[in-house]
Amino acid sequence: MPLEIKSISKAFGRYPALKDVSLTAVDGEFLALLGPSGSGKTTLLRILAGLETPDAGEVNFNGEDFLSLPVRRRGVGMVFQHYALFRHMTVEQNIAFGLTVRPRASRPSREAITERVRELLDLMQLEGLGKRYPSQLSGGQRQRVALARALAIEPRMLLLDEPFGALDAQVRRELRRWLRQVHDKAGVTTVFVTHDQEEALDLADRVAVLKDGQLVQIGEPAKVYENPANGFVFDFLGAACSLPGVVEGGRLTVADWITAAPEGAPQGPIQVFFRPNEVAFSPADGEGVAATVVVAGVRGAGGKVECVVGEQLLELQAQGQDLPAFLTRGAEIRIRPTRYKLFAAPTSA
Amino acid sequence: MKPIFRLPGIAPLLLLLSLIVLGALIVMPLGVVFQQAFAKGLDAYLTPLREPDALAAIRLTLLVAAIAVPLNAIFGLAAAWAVARFEFRGKTALLALIDLPFSISPVVSGLVWVLLFGAQGIFGELLLDHGIKIIFATTGLVLATIIVTLPFVARELIPLMQDQGSDEEAAALTLGAGGFTTFFKITLPNVKWALLYGVLLCNARAMGEFGAVSVVSGHIRGLTDTLPLHIEVLYNDYDFVGAFAVATLLASLGLFTLVVKTGLEWRFAGELAASRRH
Repeated sequence: MPLEIKSISKAFGRYPALKDVSLTAVDGEFLALLGPSGSGKTTLLRILAGLETPDAGEVNFNGEDFLSLPVRRRGVGMVFQHYALFRHMTVEQNIAFGLTVRPRASRPSREAITERVRELLDLMQLEGLGKRYPSQLSGGQRQRVALARALAIEPRMLLLDEPFGALDAQVRRELRRWLRQVHDKAGVTTVFVTHDQEEALDLADRVAVLKDGQLVQIGEPAKVYENPANGFVFDFLGAACSLPGVVEGGRLTVADWITAAPEGAPQGPIQVFFRPNEVAFSPADGEGVAATVVVAGVRGAGGKVECVVGEQLLELQAQGQDLPAFLTRGAEIRIRPTRYKLFAAPTSA
Repeated sequence: MKPIFRLPGIAPLLLLLSLIVLGALIVMPLGVVFQQAFAKGLDAYLTPLREPDALAAIRLTLLVAAIAVPLNAIFGLAAAWAVARFEFRGKTALLALIDLPFSISPVVSGLVWVLLFGAQGIFGELLLDHGIKIIFATTGLVLATIIVTLPFVARELIPLMQDQGSDEEAAALTLGAGGFTTFFKITLPNVKWALLYGVLLCNARAMGEFGAVSVVSGHIRGLTDTLPLHIEVLYNDYDFVGAFAVATLLASLGLFTLVVKTGLEWRFAGELAASRRH
């Protein structure tokens, strides 16, 4: 395994940022660290870069003890959330920096550096911007300069901290495709941190979901999405609704709806998780959980239905352009999740 | 700035008032300095400047500033770096300490050295035994000046470095740069204008300082009198032309500082903490 992270723990004062996190990445893999803010994903990335030192644990890279190497000898290319471009240097000087600061013996010739910078400007579609200063560039351009600068040193590993965090949605989607292409071309193991589940699922070979400094689940995007390890992952990977229920004797009871429990369902108090668009609506005499419609209407591509079950408000989506006639404000209806996951109810609550 | 409310004639009135006050309190006295200095012609102006005591005072002032200002620049950089880059216990206390010289009277800043190193001071006897002279000597002047001008560079750099954060330095490290390279190629260039600005203010104050150096100097003519002290001596001797002639030197330094300061503020407004505070 080229990258092996073993039982990493790190605390800032009394606040634990990472608790016993272990994971691995294969050569050339594109690994996403996904989690809400405060989940420890950036801390883990900075530990890989050498900008933070863990309290416990090991990091091995190609069999080498990575933690004993100082930052500058790790050969990682890091792209910072706000790019951290050198503001007093031109784009060319920024990209060339990693090469020009090498000791004389291993430093490429001036011509070779110029050539390498030119190649990277081409690759990053930054032709003609080499003489500009970072303040004269757009967000997307700065992002590409930061990536070019990181790639210039031919890193052994590429680390990206929320690479698209500061960009607007349009630019974000374009750059996402393009980043994947750059990664495939360079073939370098890449770890990237994001809190955007769509980005992680779309871009990565594997996704590691972190919560409160712990690794919750790791796997291929489709598998993690289809088989979330718990309610948190289900909730974090997309819009989600949940209702409390009970599994007993092979039967699932949610409010007044009783149905056969799926195989392998946890016993006892559970939470039913489902996506807001995977719901069947029926009139009051149909099958499902009794609910009262609060809002019903067509919004853009689909219908939006808000209803109350017990004391809980659910925001659901109906398919198609026309809502069934019985979905009117104040109507008593039944809703039945067409696909759902059951997770044991949190014990502390 | 947009007016919050409009009253007819109030803005010109306020402007006129400000101009009168500034004129009466600053421009006119400054004019008088030059007028008095040249009152008896160019020769009379130059004579007191050529006096050995005056030349000694100029040399001493330059020497004191040449020692105190670089030391404070280094201290300011180090303190700003520590405060901006690290979290540690007592950070607030350090910030308060850096500001202390601004809030205590310069006389006190001078007096502490006398209490420590003066003949009757805590270390007085020890120094006397070893033949080391601090009070009534250049060392004392330098120490007093350092205390008084301590905050200028640090105060200028701290907000800027806090604002810039450490990401650029971290980026340089990941790209393979060592500590020294990172400092000289990233840290220093990023703060150079603010540093120059701070040094400029520090220098103006170091050369013009009166209170603190007055206490430790002992007023030995030609030996421990800096420019401001020399001016006082001349003035007390009723040598008005002499006093004002030497005063034009300090006033010119002040005007020069003002011009460079304004130039820096105009050109690098975004990078200077002082101009942002206004």
